[in-house]
Amino acid sequence: MIVDRKELNFWERTYAPALLGGLKVTLRHFIDHVTGRKKVTQQYPEEPTVVPEGYRGAPYLVKDTDGNTKCVSCQLCEFVCPPKAIKITPPGPDGKPADRANAEKMPEEFEINMLRCIFCGFCQEVCPEEAIFLQNDFSLTGLSRAEMIYDKEKLLSLGGVNKSPIKKWEHKKKEAEAQDSFPVKA
Amino acid sequence: MDAGLLSFLIFSAVKIGVVFGAVMTMFAYAVLAERKISAAIQDRVGPNRVSFPLIGSIPVIGPFLTRLGIWQPLVDGVKAFTKEDYTPEHVRKGWFWLAPMVAMVPSVLVLAVIPFGSSMDFGKVFGLDFGRQAMVIADLNVGILYTFGIVSLSVYGIVLAGYASNSKFPFLGGIRASAQMISYEIAMGMSVVPVFMIIGELNLSDIIAYQAENGWLAFPLFASKMNTDAFVLLPCMVVSFLIFTVSAFAETNRLPFDLPEAETELVSGYNTEYGSMKFAFFFMGEYIAMIAGSAMIVVLFFGGWTLPFWGLDQTADTLVKGVLQILIFVGKLSVFLGMMIWVRWMLPRFRYDQLMDLGWRRILPLALANIVLTAVLIYWNHAS
Repeated sequence: MIVDRKELNFWERTYAPALLGGLKVTLRHFIDHVTGRKKVTQQYPEEPTVVPEGYRGAPYLVKDTDGNTKCVSCQLCEFVCPPKAIKITPPGPDGKPADRANAEKMPEEFEINMLRCIFCGFCQEVCPEEAIFLQNDFSLTGLSRAEMIYDKEKLLSLGGVNKSPIKKWEHKKKEAEAQDSFPVKA
Repeated sequence: MDAGLLSFLIFSAVKIGVVFGAVMTMFAYAVLAERKISAAIQDRVGPNRVSFPLIGSIPVIGPFLTRLGIWQPLVDGVKAFTKEDYTPEHVRKGWFWLAPMVAMVPSVLVLAVIPFGSSMDFGKVFGLDFGRQAMVIADLNVGILYTFGIVSLSVYGIVLAGYASNSKFPFLGGIRASAQMISYEIAMGMSVVPVFMIIGELNLSDIIAYQAENGWLAFPLFASKMNTDAFVLLPCMVVSFLIFTVSAFAETNRLPFDLPEAETELVSGYNTEYGSMKFAFFFMGEYIAMIAGSAMIVVLFFGGWTLPFWGLDQTADTLVKGVLQILIFVGKLSVFLGMMIWVRWMLPRFRYDQLMDLGWRRILPLALANIVLTAVLIYWNHAS
């Protein structure tokens, strides 16, 4: 396709309209910037960034509203994790019981290597207990590699409390209690 | 040695030192202004991190100065001086070393003839009678010719850099610089001929004195002696001013005529192979040439250090007034410096052939026609 070039008239050929137009545009941007009417740059470390809802930052473990660890050490996240960043040590047959009633077990140790994690969200996706969530943190720093491996305690304290009203094991507990008080005909 | 000569020598040395120091400071802050203004035009922030110990911790003022980037030039200077001075293997060493100096020295030399203030009476200092001293390093009678002669030398630095670098992009930059210089130097020279036809003097101090009396050439609204002659000649002077300004842009290799540098096509043009202080010399050359160019515009068309109010267009009778006039000159100069910076972030680069076309087929004939028209108008002024 051949685009017809408009014949420039004398005034346009002096470059004057282009020059004045350019001056206008740059002056507008200059004034907008200097008066602070238009602000584009975020002064990042000084002004904290607000991440959008549903942001996939670092994965952390969460507790339920009763303060119990939700993770039951099923190791699904460990298996699904593409870069193998998660390492779970299950309690074993004689290990410590879970700290909430009627849950079968909880991990003895839960480690996420944040240097390996790719923030894919598969762990959150696969978790049957809704115990791990990708949260808002995106700026993880440490002075050594060892420091970047987050253990269970750290993950739980960073993860905070999950406000979800659904408590899977609460239901099981109620069921068991109902069993106990079930009127049996003598 | 007699006292007159001694005081002349001492005072000249002082003037050279002060002017050089002031211009170096202006260079540093012109770079900062360039960065800040370009940032604002492109909706960026620009340098805003460097803080100075003690001053930086003063409440409101410290952070404000930091945000303004006031300390950035200091850090840039330290960086340029301490950076490894690397010379590539394949360059022609001698010329490679010489080029930055050849590029910078002419722009500094131009400053010698620019009158930056009226004369000041210093009286006796340390038993030496300084008396009245003109605020110009060398009050040459051929001031403007000297300027043109020296300014055209600075291109050799660039051409030399292009040749010495022994690689293709600097070489192209050098070729472009020489072609550009030829096409604009002539137009620049022609553009100021009408000024000298009107004033009849080549001495820059006399040009300012004339403007103080008859109104600024490109803006004769306030004159101690109002006459219609100035307004008849105004169109010619405005054309002269525009041609001179455009040529000054081309001379200093600023956009839209930055073909020798052309970051987007020639990497960095003639200074591609340079680093650290050698690069800083090219940079200094460019900015000092900008300062000198703005100073020439102010001297030739906007009355130099004069201001038509409060007797500021007369020779200073007190030191305060003398200093004020120097500040006026620096202020006017800064306006044009700011304009040069502003234009850089506004216009795209001309193509090589467009530049040649503009220089030879538009601006040069226009400058010649302007000379003829000025001659006719001067004749008409005298006849009527």
